[in-house]
Amino acid sequence: MKTRNVLSVFVLLSLSFSAMAETAPVPEDKVATLRLAPIDIEPTPPAMQKVINSDVKQVRNYPMQPPIIPHRIDGYQIDLKVNKCMQCHARNSTGHSQAPMVSVTHYMDRENNFLASLSPRRYYCTQCHVSQLDAKLLVENDFVDVKELMKNPAKTEH
Amino acid sequence: MIAKILENLKLIWKVIRRPSVHYSLGFLTLGGFVAGIIFWGGFNTALELASTEEFCTSCHEMESNVYQELQSTIHFTNRSGVRATCSDCHVPHNWTDKIARKMQASKEIWGKVFGTINTREKFEGKRRELAEHEWARLKANDSLECRNCHNFDYMDFTRQSKRASAMHSTSLASGEKTCIDCHKGIAHQLPDMAGVEGF
Repeated sequence: MKTRNVLSVFVLLSLSFSAMAETAPVPEDKVATLRLAPIDIEPTPPAMQKVINSDVKQVRNYPMQPPIIPHRIDGYQIDLKVNKCMQCHARNSTGHSQAPMVSVTHYMDRENNFLASLSPRRYYCTQCHVSQLDAKLLVENDFVDVKELMKNPAKTEH
Repeated sequence: MIAKILENLKLIWKVIRRPSVHYSLGFLTLGGFVAGIIFWGGFNTALELASTEEFCTSCHEMESNVYQELQSTIHFTNRSGVRATCSDCHVPHNWTDKIARKMQASKEIWGKVFGTINTREKFEGKRRELAEHEWARLKANDSLECRNCHNFDYMDFTRQSKRASAMHSTSLASGEKTCIDCHKGIAHQLPDMAGVEGF
């Protein structure tokens, strides 16, 4: 036991020394790319982006993608007391709301038993579903749809 | 005891129904007029003071619960700077309704004195009951306090989102639903909504 303690202290010490050796200052141009301003200056935050509120269904990028929310969800309360989304998306609300019903998987527990109401593991909608901003991409996205991949099998380097 | 009170009342009545001996008619009418302005004005000013945001949030029950929740909502802060504060939704503008609500509010003084919601836990415990009072009031008066600002006749459906205009041009237009039926919890957090229609 004692030898093990001594050993672990030794390992920790050596680790911290190696970490110290490696912490070279980040070059200034790198800092600028991270926060777009020198470290001692508080930059003006960029203008807030608009949330897409078109109510038009968006195509999923891959079959099991959680569908994105095509409307604003400001102030929607999702907690132990209430789930605001379910005011329209619950099975028995879709008649008057004409909103898509949350998929049947959301009513199943992990043993695939069907429940009368939302399964606790699927309760917090915004864990998977998000609304989208009408924003320009900061970096180029080279995602390729699986359909495209299947069309040209030769170019499957991604 | 009762005989004595009756005697006193008789004396007062006698004084009131006798013409004034010392004061002129002009003094009495003008004096009464001025006193009326002061008392009526004072009453209304006091009523108005008791409907300000400062007054409502001077109780910690309101300040640390509902006022905090209001602050992140669109009725408190928004692009155009129009604010609906406590009284805009919770005190009717119409005079008789206002007086009726102010008399009901005496129950709130009882609550303050006996501390029915003086902790967060007690407030959370009563949240559903308190919310239900407000839902019932707004349902009964066809969401009058909403409509003081949001006039249905002035709504431009083409400026609303598809969902909003679909709802407003059908259920709301026909009078089948009123604002509070769908817009619960827009200014404060909702209580446990188990069993509430539409949830």
